[in-house]
Amino acid sequence: MATAWLPPDWPGNFWAHWAIFAVISIVFVLLMFMVFVWVERRAMGIMQARLGPNRAGPFGILQPAADGLKVLLKEDIVPAKGDKVVHWLAPVVAVVPVLLIFAVVPFQGGALLVDLNIGILYIVAISSVTTVGVFMAGWASNNKYSLLGAMRQVASVVSYEIPVVLSIVGVILLAGSLSMQQIVMAQDIPFILLQPLGFLLFFIGALAEINRAPFDLMEADSEIVAGFHIEYSGMKFALFYLVEYGEALAISAIVTTLFLGGWRGPLLPPWLWFLVKVGIVFFVIVWIRTTVPRVRIDQLMALAWKFLFPLALLNLLITAVEILVWPAVSLWVMVPINIAVMIVLVLLWSRFFKLGWGKVEV
Amino acid sequence: METTKEVVINAEPFVVNIGPVHPSTHGVFRMRTTLDGEVIVDMEPVFGYLHRGIEKLAEERTYTGCIPLTDRLDYLASMSNNLAYCLAVEKLAGIAVPERAEYLRVIMAELQRIASHLIAVGSFLNDCGAFVTPIMYMFREREKIVDLFDMVSGQRLTYNYVRVGGVSQDVPEEFIPALEKFLKEMPGWIDEYDQLLKENEILLARAKGVGVLPKELAINISASGPVLRASGVKWDIRKADPYSIYDRFEFDIPTGAAGDCYDRYRVRIEEMRQSLRILEQAMKDLPEGEVRSEVPHLIRPPVGEAYGHIEAPKGELGFYLVSDNSIAPYRFHVRAPTLINLTALSDMMRGWKVADLIIIFGSIDICLAEVDR
Repeated sequence: MATAWLPPDWPGNFWAHWAIFAVISIVFVLLMFMVFVWVERRAMGIMQARLGPNRAGPFGILQPAADGLKVLLKEDIVPAKGDKVVHWLAPVVAVVPVLLIFAVVPFQGGALLVDLNIGILYIVAISSVTTVGVFMAGWASNNKYSLLGAMRQVASVVSYEIPVVLSIVGVILLAGSLSMQQIVMAQDIPFILLQPLGFLLFFIGALAEINRAPFDLMEADSEIVAGFHIEYSGMKFALFYLVEYGEALAISAIVTTLFLGGWRGPLLPPWLWFLVKVGIVFFVIVWIRTTVPRVRIDQLMALAWKFLFPLALLNLLITAVEILVWPAVSLWVMVPINIAVMIVLVLLWSRFFKLGWGKVEV
Repeated sequence: METTKEVVINAEPFVVNIGPVHPSTHGVFRMRTTLDGEVIVDMEPVFGYLHRGIEKLAEERTYTGCIPLTDRLDYLASMSNNLAYCLAVEKLAGIAVPERAEYLRVIMAELQRIASHLIAVGSFLNDCGAFVTPIMYMFREREKIVDLFDMVSGQRLTYNYVRVGGVSQDVPEEFIPALEKFLKEMPGWIDEYDQLLKENEILLARAKGVGVLPKELAINISASGPVLRASGVKWDIRKADPYSIYDRFEFDIPTGAAGDCYDRYRVRIEEMRQSLRILEQAMKDLPEGEVRSEVPHLIRPPVGEAYGHIEAPKGELGFYLVSDNSIAPYRFHVRAPTLINLTALSDMMRGWKVADLIIIFGSIDICLAEVDR
């Protein structure tokens, strides 16, 4: 048949849906990017006993716009001995996956670009591509600091990715589907209550994935200054900035969808619930950033392999057993049990867990 | 038939310059590090970027005119520098200091110690990656000390307050109530810092056991100040060779055990508490009277030499002066504590990672203006 390549519901509203939600996703990312930059800087200012931006517009809300304008006007500098093509390509490779993540994030029931039946698997796959962009940036800059940053990123990505994925599997077992939409539908109780350990592991791993404190090793401003994007200026730098906040936004949205019940909630309209939850998660990320010092690269890897990974396996095992053995038990009964299991496991494992001091004989 | 080829991976150490312009070098300091991946194979400190020839400049100035120069050594502890220099001149010329001035000097020196340690601890924690928060909190309290100094000297950074034979002027009326208020509030703030970070798991993992300076090495390089005391040596000039009126006050010398970054951080926090104790005693006993003895405008000390040293916030700060009976010192030498504390740097760093290099360096607490002079 000549039209076999067309989508099955053609000539339904597939293309209209596609066009609208592509625009919505991108506008959502860009808008929330600006909101989050403002929220982060203001919130950090208040937490750090200072004011934060307060000049551009009321309460400084136009600060992100002013920053964006400034960045647009900046000279674009490419290091003389850098790899020019890769240097140019790196921010693109880093930023595209971040935008692609939002294709499967449901803003409310049915309101998403495409309800992939492998939604969460798609996210796991696509979000790792950013690392390639980061490594390209670090390598092409021909700068030792940025190379160190890129190497740290590559070393840490192999560590945290596994516990992150394993902790998601618990949610998938409970929901019985990989589709983001179906996962939200399955949450009569937010999964954070049924999967408290999984949430904890996922959140810690996710902080490493989005390079936020205490795992912001690859840009570590007090050590390697800005890490991989030290040689970037102008709009290319802005793209990396967008990646950073876009990833934070994506992780907030994923945590919301997987663990906090997505758009579901009483009284408020669903999309507002979604935004509120995303905002809360992002605020927690900012809060952590202002509170804790940074870990070292070997400590991050030790944490991921020796602490998060075994606990993620145990969590998977326990969840599977619970589902197999007590399929009919009311979910509310499982809530205190799961929280107790989490507390016992985390406390027990942290007694065995040793970081080591990391000195090497030279 | 295929033969296996031997692949040689050429992974040789590479050299990275950390500094001179780097957010964590606290000035213009360069560390020429040889790295094997992240591990530091060797580190060679390079300094001198901020050399202003202060020692030579001082030889062209009168004894009083040198005091502003000492302000510009360790600009985070100007009062201590003034005091050390004036002690040396007084020793050289045999000038007595009135009782009230002695007390005021002690009050200023101890306030300065708190202010300097606040910056030291704050920037150390900032180097650990606790993004800006601790240092902003500590700046908040330092601001109050700076306000006190502003009251007495009219300056906020280079005070030029301690003079030969006393202090430049008596404190204004509002100073004592403001100091009382500060002394009442400060212990609570120090407790707040401890609540926030003392037991923080990440900080313990980062700082405990890192950058150990063994006791013997610390003595051999003649380290001083918190760096020496963190290595477990109970040595404080205020007790070992009491100058001014420090023998009248009761205070303890906090020491560490391991000599690692964490101990240096703890020693500084405890020293702030001890300084508050001294301040309380000094404020209670503060006598009335003159604040400056009669000193000629141009001091001509007899031919000879003198060494005046104090326990400055960063270590033993000494001024060695030689007089040829003229109005300017014939030789003016500064024993800069931070320069001497820096000499163990590469021994402390070898084998650690880049991230540790930053915090080991930060835990020594240096001021480049003093290192380079």
